[in-house]
Amino acid sequence: MSDRHPMTGNEMSGTAQGGLERHAYDVIVIGAGGSGLRAAIAAHEAGAKVGIVCKSLLGKAHTVMAEGGIAAAMGNRWPEDNWEVHFRDTMRGGKMLNNWRMAQLHAQEAPERVLELEDWGALFDRTEDGLISQRDFGGHKYARLAHVGDRTGLEMIRTLQQRTVQLGIDVFMECTVTDLLRADGAIAGAFGYWRETGRFVVFEAPAIVLATGGIGKSYKVTSNSWEYTGDGHALALRAGASLINMEFVQFHPTGMVWPPSVKGLLVTESVRGDGGILKNSEGKRFMFDYIPEFFKAETADTVEEADRWYDDKKNNRRPPELLPRDEVARAINSEIKAGRGSEHGGIYLDIASRRSPEFIRKRLPSMYHQFKELADVDITAEPMEIGPTCHYVMGGIEVDPDTELSAVRGLYAVGECSGGMHGSNRLGGNSLSDLLVFGRRAGEAAASYADGLGASRPAVAEADVQAASRAALAPFESEGGENPYTIQADLQQSMNDLVGIIRTAAELESSLAEIERFKERAAHMSVEGHRQYNPGWHLALDLKNMLLVSEAIAKAALARQESRGGHTRDDFPATDPEWGTKNLVVNLNAAGDGVDLAEKPLPVMPDELKRFFE
Amino acid sequence: MTYQLKMRVWRGDDSGGSLQDFAVEVSEGEVVLDAIHRLQATQAGDLAVRWNCKAGKCGSCSAEVNGKPRLMCMTRLSDFDPAETITVTPMRTFPVIRDLVTDVSFNYEKARELPGVELGPRDADGKRRMMQVDVERGQEFRKCIECFLCQNTCHVVRDHEENKPAFAGPRFFLRYAELDMHPLDTHDRRALAQDAAGIGMCNITKCCTEVCPENIKITDNAIIPMKERVADRKFDPLVWLGAKIGIRHKDDEGRTEM
Repeated sequence: MSDRHPMTGNEMSGTAQGGLERHAYDVIVIGAGGSGLRAAIAAHEAGAKVGIVCKSLLGKAHTVMAEGGIAAAMGNRWPEDNWEVHFRDTMRGGKMLNNWRMAQLHAQEAPERVLELEDWGALFDRTEDGLISQRDFGGHKYARLAHVGDRTGLEMIRTLQQRTVQLGIDVFMECTVTDLLRADGAIAGAFGYWRETGRFVVFEAPAIVLATGGIGKSYKVTSNSWEYTGDGHALALRAGASLINMEFVQFHPTGMVWPPSVKGLLVTESVRGDGGILKNSEGKRFMFDYIPEFFKAETADTVEEADRWYDDKKNNRRPPELLPRDEVARAINSEIKAGRGSEHGGIYLDIASRRSPEFIRKRLPSMYHQFKELADVDITAEPMEIGPTCHYVMGGIEVDPDTELSAVRGLYAVGECSGGMHGSNRLGGNSLSDLLVFGRRAGEAAASYADGLGASRPAVAEADVQAASRAALAPFESEGGENPYTIQADLQQSMNDLVGIIRTAAELESSLAEIERFKERAAHMSVEGHRQYNPGWHLALDLKNMLLVSEAIAKAALARQESRGGHTRDDFPATDPEWGTKNLVVNLNAAGDGVDLAEKPLPVMPDELKRFFE
Repeated sequence: MTYQLKMRVWRGDDSGGSLQDFAVEVSEGEVVLDAIHRLQATQAGDLAVRWNCKAGKCGSCSAEVNGKPRLMCMTRLSDFDPAETITVTPMRTFPVIRDLVTDVSFNYEKARELPGVELGPRDADGKRRMMQVDVERGQEFRKCIECFLCQNTCHVVRDHEENKPAFAGPRFFLRYAELDMHPLDTHDRRALAQDAAGIGMCNITKCCTEVCPENIKITDNAIIPMKERVADRKFDPLVWLGAKIGIRHKDDEGRTEM
């Protein structure tokens, strides 16, 4: 009998042979956010033996930070809403670069996935009729986001976490995977370490679902937590899978800007969905000056019409504050650059003058709390100061839309670390639904693949385990080198300055040169202390992933000579229809120390779906 | 404005440790976790600390600041005199792993002992109906970010290791109350709350409520009503009287006892 901890999986006693622990599963899910947990539940229900491996404690994943809601065309507020409208909004929000099949499946299946959460104990806010309430968000034609105040992500992760525990699924907490192990090109398992003890662990499993989230920690100003170091992106690249759309990084228009300690912290889009407006230092509601041609027909061009829309959506068009995030972020950026910014270099987000204090506290309790506690600002009485913050990467592992299988046999990817679904820009609320829809699909596909293998499973090669172990210990080998915190800080500053919202060829080229120098420095870094719960060592290993992913972003951004969604080139400001027909695909280079880039035609949408855009 | 903050941070592991003195540069608007991060980046690269969101939403960075259970990310330096030395120690109720990181697996074990929600079938149109006023009670409890500060401060287990097997703690009384007040749940877990979770051991000193960073009224809104319901089931004469004069709840009617 194992002395592994019954719930955490942590083996504290150190009795395992040779310091290496081994576990065998049908499916290993890496990451315990919304998509990882949903995939694990689906694989378990399909009969597979499932293990979840996650860097933090269960229930702390980044999903917990999601505020606004889950987009799903349930039609509880607007019976006119259906999957077709949601599909159209999603494609247009992504500037038509989305994988159409993923966008279709997402719109069709999201409502049932939300109802499932309710079956499992989620308590959503209600409509007057007792149905799940739905709120307005940028880019969505109808009020469509199922929500719980402004803490929807917490509700989602707690519900999935409680379901996971109820089903008795094994969770390996505070355990980081550093390598995927393969045999003849197919997945055989994964190698990682316990953060607690620093001891190594091998998971033997023919199917692995990557659900590791995003890459935001490569940027200085970000809403993302320390975990967002592009682990899944990098693991997949090194295992032979490809990434697509890496040039598209979403800068959320509204992050906190003051005090410095909270710079980048997310301010939910619900503030605007619930009536908040953007103003510059002259008090002007400036978004009316930034309505792009593409959205002109559906956006209000007067204050009067915009204000009427909240109550009468049939006869009025949406306020420009609720344009997709890329448009709003660019507009804010322009206002600040033009010298019309706020005291601390942001602009003003005002809901205090538009809604009653009671309404604000009820609908936006965490925002009220966050500003009160961290910035001494009462959002029911004064405007917030906000500015763009790195929030989400649209790019990720290229997968089959129906099964989320990557180019590597047995390797699946879901959620933010996968790519295609959101095209060049993600609509708010589409992330939480993405996690649920594709989490379930990947879990089922992975379980079925593992089952189909029967007894003939790819075997983990001992040499690969030794190599992975050596690589993980490398930072302890060199002495007197730089510490990883310094290199990380320099990388974050560089990505912020050179690969940010507005990009130019010259800056992207110097970014790539800088990344090469960071790689050089990282090769000689050293860490102090020993293997037990050592954040310096953990960062040294994560940094390798951050560098690879940062290079993928900068390279793809340099190649795409147009502006579209989350990618804006100052030297190519127009959207080019020619570029609208292709994705940029990133692979690991032959030397294994960087990435190569290739163009690939976008999958062609069938005619029966094309008609929604005529 | 920047200044040198004097800090004492507990460093060590399960075999022992001590408070170590540091001076670290901090600036306006920063929180304790910022200071700890700067220590890591400049003076103590291997200083162990748990954190994720740095926004009071994930409940990872629980510790004791000058002896008070707090989230480090929500404890502002401006609440202290710049001349004051700030002492940061790990949560006392859980075994130390290293430095400020403790083994909180007690809480995950207790979570496993608690049966999940069991709703009846959906309505004919495939949806469920609950009124806002009815879900709000549970919603208050579901604000819990599982920082385990309530578990840490609860005197039933804080210095009483021997009580841990029989006592689930305030975080899980919240969960019992939430399920008991769920408008559509079909199970009656009152016997479990009394026997397996040991709610009777709580003597409502409200320490848990005081330290909750989400300001959940754990004692008043969850534990006391749950205690009353448990007593109700056991035919307490006082509760019987309460029922007589019409202050009896109906949440448990028609549920299956667990």
